[in-house]
Amino acid sequence: MAKKIETTEVEATKIDARIPAGPLAEKWNNYKAHQKLVNPSNKRRLDIIVVGTGLAGASAAASLAELGFNVLNFCIQDSPRRAHSIAAQGGINAAKNYQNDGDSVYRLFYDTIKGGDYRAREANVYRLAEVSNGIIDQCVAQGVPFAREYGGLLDNRSFGGAQVSRTFYAKGQTGQQLLLGAYSALSRQVGKGAVKLYSRYEMLDVVVIEGRARGIIARNLVTGKIERFFAHAVVVGSGGYGNAFFLSTNAMTSNASAAVQMYKKGAYISNPSYCQIHPTCIPVHGETQSKLTLMSESLRNDGRIWTPKKKEDAEAIRAGKKKATDLTEDERDYYLERRYPAFGNLVPRDVASRAAKERCDAGFGVGNTGLAVYLDFSASIKRLGEDVVRERYGNLFQMYEKIVDENPYNTPMMIYPAIHYTMGGVWVDYELQTSIKGLFCIGEANFSDHGANRLGASALMQGLADGYFVLPYTIQNYLSDQIQVPRLSTDLPEFNDAEKAVHAKIEKIMKIQGTKSVDSIHRELGLIMWDFVGMGRNKAGLETALEKIKAVRHEFWTKVYVPGVSTDLNVELEKALRVADFIEIGELIARDSLMREESCGGHFREEYQTPDGEALRNDEEFSFTSCWKFNGDGNEPELLKEALEYEFIHRQQRNYKA
Amino acid sequence: MEKSINISLKVWRQGSPKVKGSFEIYKLDNVSTDNSFLEMLDILNEKLIKERKEPIAFDHDCREGICGMCSLYINGHPHGLDGETTTCQLHMRRFHDGETITVEPWRSKAFPVIKDLMVDRGAFDKIIQAGGYVNVNTGGVPDGNAIPISKINADEAMDAASCIGCGACAATCKNGSAMLFVAAKVSQLALLPQGKVEGAARAKAMVAKMDELGFGNCTNTGACEAECPKAISISHIARLNREFLSAKFQD
Repeated sequence: MAKKIETTEVEATKIDARIPAGPLAEKWNNYKAHQKLVNPSNKRRLDIIVVGTGLAGASAAASLAELGFNVLNFCIQDSPRRAHSIAAQGGINAAKNYQNDGDSVYRLFYDTIKGGDYRAREANVYRLAEVSNGIIDQCVAQGVPFAREYGGLLDNRSFGGAQVSRTFYAKGQTGQQLLLGAYSALSRQVGKGAVKLYSRYEMLDVVVIEGRARGIIARNLVTGKIERFFAHAVVVGSGGYGNAFFLSTNAMTSNASAAVQMYKKGAYISNPSYCQIHPTCIPVHGETQSKLTLMSESLRNDGRIWTPKKKEDAEAIRAGKKKATDLTEDERDYYLERRYPAFGNLVPRDVASRAAKERCDAGFGVGNTGLAVYLDFSASIKRLGEDVVRERYGNLFQMYEKIVDENPYNTPMMIYPAIHYTMGGVWVDYELQTSIKGLFCIGEANFSDHGANRLGASALMQGLADGYFVLPYTIQNYLSDQIQVPRLSTDLPEFNDAEKAVHAKIEKIMKIQGTKSVDSIHRELGLIMWDFVGMGRNKAGLETALEKIKAVRHEFWTKVYVPGVSTDLNVELEKALRVADFIEIGELIARDSLMREESCGGHFREEYQTPDGEALRNDEEFSFTSCWKFNGDGNEPELLKEALEYEFIHRQQRNYKA
Repeated sequence: MEKSINISLKVWRQGSPKVKGSFEIYKLDNVSTDNSFLEMLDILNEKLIKERKEPIAFDHDCREGICGMCSLYINGHPHGLDGETTTCQLHMRRFHDGETITVEPWRSKAFPVIKDLMVDRGAFDKIIQAGGYVNVNTGGVPDGNAIPISKINADEAMDAASCIGCGACAATCKNGSAMLFVAAKVSQLALLPQGKVEGAARAKAMVAKMDELGFGNCTNTGACEAECPKAISISHIARLNREFLSAKFQD
């Protein structure tokens, strides 16, 4: 079964992901069969901190508490139910093959590897596909109201990058329903006293004692008090870093700070350049906009994407002299169907986003700004009737109408790509453990399963896979030799030092008393990121970005103004601490993009493309996971490499045309 | 099409839970009508920061109407006058030039003010912790298709499950009752075979916790349904009552 291993010229690596030996389909079973476990009486004596209550955090906290561990769970919002997983719309993938359309664990694995442009680990992705089916069963048992057929069985829809229907959904609110399922499991454990919940708390540092994570420093956001927490292991599920771009589809408090703190304590940040730009978002309306709104990818099942065929028509539409509905079929260019006949409107996100940018850059964009394309439902409404379309997408259409003030049943939606998800993140090994012992990272916050591009409906799958079915096993392999470790005092010097450093940082920010608001600096950073480190990147632009980010950092640390005091509720201070870290991660994104001289998935370097404008990988030199190691403030980070070896899949140029 | 308006804002300011609060008036010119209500508050805060004044604290997060973090009483209505809309999805095109807009926090005994427009809705979490779940551990569950569920029940459960836990129902109720919030969860789970088993016990536990936390009784005024940003129907309260009664009979 195992074919010749496809290796590359990547120099010998220092990074070991500790992938179990054996055939792909047996690795996870073998691991579970031989890993070490913790017996029930010892579990009670072990404390685990879980930071974050999204799909990954809540499912992990609940599952670990069910097993008998003593869990401390932190969230930044007023309730764990508000974590940003709640906003995921379209669905969750699983290899159930309920539709009898040829799906299997192997096919889900293959689609995910290919969708990720051959930049993910085979073993991780296979495990993800393997546990996907259990997630659906678990959620149904919790009372998640998935959509059903009239016969009472679960319904599926299609998503980008797949030729089967494997996506389970709950209207356009799948993330909400899955999160509320995990939240209910978590609440059950809170009610039992097995989880102690800390809401409106923000992690500000991880405490490392003798090379092992032993706790965190967190700020009570209501009182401003800095507090210390001990645990035998720390799990971080704090989400992605998309808000480095200021405008994104992330929630306002979504941040990269926990990741940056871990990085500064020795964990690696991997593949930060892999940022997903989602093709179907509502276009930017103006300079005072605070965030962008996603329109679910599921809309591409029934919506057709187009721009005018003739530039004159596009110009007339931009000037308000013509409307979309004035153009006949012949005058429309369904460019995805034209370029990618096999997948059409359902090409993966990175491909669809770049195609939209290409049309707009070439002068065919619509809307006042020219930075929009149409997503048109008229054919589906004709074919299925308005009622069916309303039933499938009613809440999304309503949301669109509220924001844009146009009725998408009568006129096509306007959409444009926006930052949505980050595939890169904190490096973890097969056990989801970072390079710091006892520090684990799950969900979007880690880098592990999506390679250079994530397929739609796979984020929910990964978050819940990590939390329900992977971490509860792998963390025991670590904790089994920690049973002799007593609950340590938080008066130890390492806790003192960490808290002192946090206080010093806060005081430094409070003392600046400059003239720039936190948001105005964040917005400046975002513009640099979008203009130079966005959808189309090149060497000169990235070098410019690095210079400009340096200037923004200087501006922040000399000119930021935070009103109020640090010893009270202070939203501006919270934002300032996050922006300081967005600047760090923003620089890493640019640095990683500059280093990676190839195009793959969400990372597109204009210098490296095929003659027809597709991403051109360079497997010989870049088939590796970049691992950036912190080298002290003001110094360049060190680049380590984890070689990606393809043992079971033959790498190809991604082809969605035929 | 972009248009801008000049407005006055009458905003509740309160330094902390224990001090007395009061209204302050702010003028804001040239607000684009394409801005959302919260973007308008961002602009106001930016202005206050420039004037070296303390910005207004308010809760918000996803800004797409799903996390339930935003709140605000706007001109006497939770989430403003628009139907089926959260504050974050309310747009300035719904207001007219020269208007004075009154902005207050949720006013409910069970939701104490933390600061300005921010309130503590921890009571809702406590109600869910008391029984708003199915007693099932991770792993060892049957196949998702093992128990067919009629589409009608699944759809109705989904409607109930759309609750975002924002607290508008309790804030608008003259009795300060959380009945719609509790009913939505009890009803969702009672409609599904997985949750039906514990339906009565769940209803009893959640109602008891609601009473304990200082929420009022339901007198069927229907204000909660009218103001719910997700249009959750009070028919779920009837189902809650049925589950609650069957729990009483079992006692």
